[in-house]
Order: sequence, then C-alpha cells, then structure tokens
Amino acid sequence: MTNPAFRPGRIRPAPENFLSEEQIKAVAAGRRDFLRSAFLAAGAAMAAPAAMAAAGRGAGDPAILELPEWSTSLGKPVATNPYGQPSKYEAGLVRRQSPGLTRVPGSSVSFTPLQGLFGIITPSGLHFERHHQGWHDVDPNRHRLMINGMVKTEAVYTMDDLMRLPSVSRIHFIECGANTGMEWGNVAVPTVQYSHGMLSCSEFTGVPLKLILDMCGADYKKGRYILAEGADGSSMTRTIPMEMVESGEVLVAYGQNGEMLRPENGYPLRLVVPGVQGVSWVKWLRRIEVGDMPWGTKDEAVHYIDMMPGGLHRQYTSIQECKSVITSPSGGQILLDKGFHNITGLAWSGRGKIVRVDVSTDGGINWKPARLEEPVLSKALTRFNCDWVWDGKPCILQSRAVDETGYVQPSYGQLRKVRGTASIYHNNAIQSWKVSESGEVGNVQVL
Amino acid sequence: MSRFSKTLVALALTAGMGAATAFEGYPGIGRPATPAEVQAWDIDVRPDFKGLPSGRGTVADGEVLWEAKCASCHGIFGESNEVFTPLIGGTTQEDIRTGRVRALAEGGFPQRTTMMKVPTVSTLFDYIRRAMPWTAPKSLSDDEVYALLAYMLHLAEVVPADFELNERTIREVQERMPNRNGMTTDHGMWPGAPASQGGIGNGGVPDVRNVACMSDCKPAVELVSALPEYARDAHGNLAEQNRVVGPVRGQQTVGEAPAVAPAVAEADSAIKAGYDAARAKGCLACHGLDNRVVGPGFKEVVARHRDRADAAAYLAGKIRSGGSGVWGAVPMPPQGQLTDAEVEAIVNWLLSGAKAP
Repeated sequence: MTNPAFRPGRIRPAPENFLSEEQIKAVAAGRRDFLRSAFLAAGAAMAAPAAMAAAGRGAGDPAILELPEWSTSLGKPVATNPYGQPSKYEAGLVRRQSPGLTRVPGSSVSFTPLQGLFGIITPSGLHFERHHQGWHDVDPNRHRLMINGMVKTEAVYTMDDLMRLPSVSRIHFIECGANTGMEWGNVAVPTVQYSHGMLSCSEFTGVPLKLILDMCGADYKKGRYILAEGADGSSMTRTIPMEMVESGEVLVAYGQNGEMLRPENGYPLRLVVPGVQGVSWVKWLRRIEVGDMPWGTKDEAVHYIDMMPGGLHRQYTSIQECKSVITSPSGGQILLDKGFHNITGLAWSGRGKIVRVDVSTDGGINWKPARLEEPVLSKALTRFNCDWVWDGKPCILQSRAVDETGYVQPSYGQLRKVRGTASIYHNNAIQSWKVSESGEVGNVQVL
Repeated sequence: MSRFSKTLVALALTAGMGAATAFEGYPGIGRPATPAEVQAWDIDVRPDFKGLPSGRGTVADGEVLWEAKCASCHGIFGESNEVFTPLIGGTTQEDIRTGRVRALAEGGFPQRTTMMKVPTVSTLFDYIRRAMPWTAPKSLSDDEVYALLAYMLHLAEVVPADFELNERTIREVQERMPNRNGMTTDHGMWPGAPASQGGIGNGGVPDVRNVACMSDCKPAVELVSALPEYARDAHGNLAEQNRVVGPVRGQQTVGEAPAVAPAVAEADSAIKAGYDAARAKGCLACHGLDNRVVGPGFKEVVARHRDRADAAAYLAGKIRSGGSGVWGAVPMPPQGQLTDAEVEAIVNWLLSGAKAP
C-alpha cells in the first residue's frame, strides 16, 4: 500500500520553485486552473511532508504517528445538538441558487448538491426548493384539506384527521420539469448541482388520495381530472389525471424521511405524484377538486409548457422521462490522481423502474453496463456504479439509462431533432463530462 | 352543496368505488364542508369559465389600479423585464385573427411574454385573482380583477380603450386571444388516458427513440458545446462546493481560498433586523442597495434624505403610504404588509447607511 503522503497525485502540491518554465508561462498567461488549485488545496497536505521531515523521513504518516486531539481529549456530551447537524467539514454541500437564473428569490429555485450525495435518499435539508411566491411555515393546527367538486360529500379534513387514516410510506424521486432546462441550447452551468440539481428522492408517508376520494364519494366516471391547490400566496394549482389517483400512487403526504415534511417542501401537507414533474406535487396542499376537464392554470398555460420548433407549445406535459447523470466525477471537480475511480450516478424514470444503465468513457462510441445498486424501485432514484481506471488521458464520461418500458435515454442530437432547443422543460438528454489531462472535469455536450 | 345530479350520484355508486355512504369506512374522520367554506376556497376559473364570478371592470378603471398596484413590478405598460418576465408584447393584430403568435414560430422576440403564450383568458383571471398582487395575494375584489385584466388586454391591443370586461364579454375576448390555437396535447408526457379514450394525450408514446447500442456506435464524437471560460466563475468558487475528502475536489474558480474564515464582526442586531426585514418583505425586489432596479437604490434614497430633520418620519411615511414622482414615473405601492416594528427597523437600517450586514 502506498503512503498517501508520497502518492504521486496529479494535483499533489508542489512548492513554487518546482514549477517548470512552461508552467510558469501558463500561469503568467492567465491559465488559472489546476496549478493554482494545487497550491490552494495544498494547505493541509503541505503540513504532512514537513511534519514527516521532522519526524524522520520514512517513519510514517503523522496522522498516525502524532495522535490527534480527538484521540487525546474528552468529547462533547449527548444532545449538544438536539437536532443533529452535518460535520463542519461538510459545509460546502448545501443548496445553492444559480446566479442570474431568476430575479426574485421568492419565485426561484435552489439546487440539491448531487455532486456529493450517496445512495438514493436526499437528506431533507438538501432537498431542492422551488417556490412560486415564497414559503411559509404553516401552522398545522390551522391547516385544512378540502375535497370538493364532483363528489357526493364535499368535505374538510384537519391534519389530525389525515394522520389518523391508514398510511403508506414510499420512496419516490421528484424532479422539476425545468431541470437541466438551462442546457437546452448549449452548456450554461459548471456543475451537476446546477445542471441536474432540481432532483431529489425521499421516503414519503401519507394517505393514498384515492382513500380520501372514496370516502367523499368521488364521481370517478365523469370526474376524470383533479385539481390540486396549495395554501400559499400563489395557491399553486395543477391538473392531475384521475387514472393516477385510481392507481393508488398519488399520496396526500405529511411525512418525509421519517419526520414531518420540511416547511420548504410543503409542511404540513403536500401531494406526491410519482413520476410526474415537481410542479404537480402541490405543497401546503389545501384543496382537491374533482372535475371533468383540465383547468388550464397559470402553471399549465403560461409556464410548464414546452415550446416546439414551429412555435406550438405542448400543454400538460407531466411525465419525467427516463434520465440519468454521472454525479462523480462531474463538472467542476478535479480527479486526485490517475488510477482506479468509481464512476457513480443516478438514474430514474417517471414510467417505472430502471432496468439498466450503461456508461461510456469515450463520448458514446463504446458502452459497458454499470452495476445497479439495491433497492431499484419504481419511480425512484436508482444509484449506479461503474469501475474505471483512468489512464490520465482526456476522455468523455456519459451514462445512458433504460427503463422497464424499454425507453432508452436519448442523446442531445436525438432530442433536439424533435424538440429543438427552446422547450425549457423536460430535457432528459445524455449528459457528458469531459475529463482533461489535468484531472479537471468540465461540462460539455455531445450530439 | 353537491354540484351534480342524482343521476351522476347513481352512476358514481354503480361505478363501485365503495362509498355508498360517505365516511362510512372511517368513522369520526373528516366532516362535510359548509357551502360558505367551499365558496371561500373554490376560486378556480376553468377555460370553459366554470367558476367565473360575476362582475365588471373597464380599461379605464384598470389603468388606475394597474399604476397603483402592478406597475411597480410589471412596468406601466406591462413591458418591464426588471422584476419578472414581461407580460405584454410580441403579439400582433394578425395573431389575434389567427390565434397563433407568429413571433413564437419565427423567433426574434427577445422574451416570450405572457400574452404571447397564454391560450386561455380564464388563466389570467384565475391567476390574478388567486396570486396578485405579489405581496398581497387575494386582496383584489372580483371587479378589480376584471378591470386589471381589461387593462392588460388593452395593452396587448386585444380590446379597445373603452372596453368593459365582464362575465359575458370575457367569452368574446377568448375568441381574440393571440395564442388561443398555440397549444397541443398530442404528446406522450400526459400520464392519463389518450385523446382516443376521452383523455388529452397520446397515451404515453415517446417522441424520441434511442437504441442501446454497445460498441462502435458512431464513427466519432461530435462535441458541440463546452462551458465558456467566463461562465466557470459565475457560480462562485467550485472548490467550496465540493467535499474536502474523497476521490475528487472542487476546482478553484474564484478568488483566493480563504486560509481561515475571517472573524465576522457581530452586526448591530437592530440594524441587521432592518436589513433582514427589507430582504424578507421583498423590498430588494425593486431596490438594490447601490443600484436602481425598479425604484432607486437604497443608498441613493439615504443620500438624498438623510439630512432632513424629519428623515425618519419621512421615510417611514413613504414606506407605509407609497409615493411617486420623486424618483421617476413608476409609483411605489403602499407597503401595507409591513408591521410598524418592521418599518421602524428598515428606516433605522436605511439611516445607518443601508449596508448589507
């Protein structure tokens, strides 16, 4: 096993006087990439060789030889943090906004840091946000759910009522219809957080909406649509087909990852519409109306409509089609070294289970199957992994998912041929990450 | 209370959804809604105008309301691109005749405005009534919604200057909406029944077909786009957006990595409360600290008024009651959403120099 301090890493810090003349020229010419990264990342690592020199070259790793303070002092007591927080060393992995994307933070988006997450569950505090008129922390005792329209008995439920009903817990992804929307025409953002981070996956707990509509005597024969409405200022509304409700999939949910929903995600009640874009998962859910035609609401007649070449807009696009992305190595990252790496990423489909993910390291000329990690669930994120030995040469990484309907995630070329580049919504193209010789990974597009 | 006939109830019962008596399966849970409750919340208006309240409003009424309540964000003519994307623009008399907005097909218009896209006038009525104005949603009367919508439609030259919008004339307006024929539901992304079975989509048939080729899939890699150099720095320092341990690090893209987080001096909490209130209550949507957005930058305001003997009272009055003409034609609406304590905190923060803490 190599001693990490001596490992010949590509970004291993070097003292300034080790620079070759060529490298100095590169820096002087304004190439402020891996060289500077190397110096700045050096801080901690620089200490190691120095300490080793002091300890006598070859004696070993000071992280072992010099006991750290956590091994030689008393730690903090229980319940120091009554609600536990991530390590201070994880402070970089937070929700972030994309500068310039929106002008009003009350009607905006914050993105999930997919580049650093493991498995399939999104920590609740990192779940992406999309608000249409700001968010509130709604008093659960003053929150009500009303059922009206084509039902035998129009009804009102308190949270107490809803939480007494039989509940189910299910893991599903939620993706904004505009996820990857900034990239329709060309590369626009540097990292997977901004390109794909309007994507999260949680275990949701709640009551199948069908159970509640059954209680109210819904007219399933004529009432083929429901309207879901939020209690926030925008009272966001979307139309959802009754077929989905009848399947038992649509939930009136109050739980998320074992606790109540977070306020930013709709506390105390939101709709869960598996496989369908996030805008239909109405937050702070206050009302369900049963009706016999779609409502043509603002978010299905002005926004969340997909413009096609020729200027026609597709209305009521809802399903999130099969898609995948490599989350690491990904844009904005730099590989520590050549040699072994695990290519890891996420795949999902609004039409059911992922059956296969293939990975290419040559920009899509040749592919090999990745491993799908358990659990593989319908309309949930699926984690894939693929062994890779990087030889230090430039390459382009891609992933391509296939779902249980046989649908294969399309390339940019295929997608643009049909939908052009002005759709904004529903970009599920194969993502490419270019690894350069420096180990830097950048966002690129391949047809 | 129930909106449909006995026949429909009978149909529902024969459909076998097991709700012969509502609430039977789960005694003690839920209760019938009262008619007043349903009326209070059932505010949606459908494309067939089901749910449309009666009322009326003229273009002239709408203009007055617009300048008081809407222009500060949307511009006097609904054209502003400062706070939200423009509402008005990009439509023509020809579009009104054809029901298809030509600029959408041809491009060339810088933004897709609301009026270029929206196919149904009901959508605008419904949305204004439920969500506008931005800081005081659901505060407009039905007549005010009619008037504001009449004015918007006039700005888009869909209705004449002497038009009165009401529950009858709105149906005529629908026949003049510039993009009324601009939508299609013939796609595979609707999860319900296809049009052939009474639904609206194509039954879920995808529009793009890839195949899972595994080797020698194409002769060469066609790289068509890469992140422009200038865009690398636009999202902050990527080194700080990645983990400090693991197989990768983030790239250093902006500035120098701080060796140690600088000790942040504790801002005076009262001053900070004013800044926080200005941020939370949407003031910064229209005023930058240094720059004009819709209204003047806060520092400009301070510079002009700081030396008045009654500066605090003057600024508090302007915040509470709004104003116009001091900084330009766009009026500032009264900020009734602010409590007295918030107004006081904002004024103190302004007079302290209007800095971000």
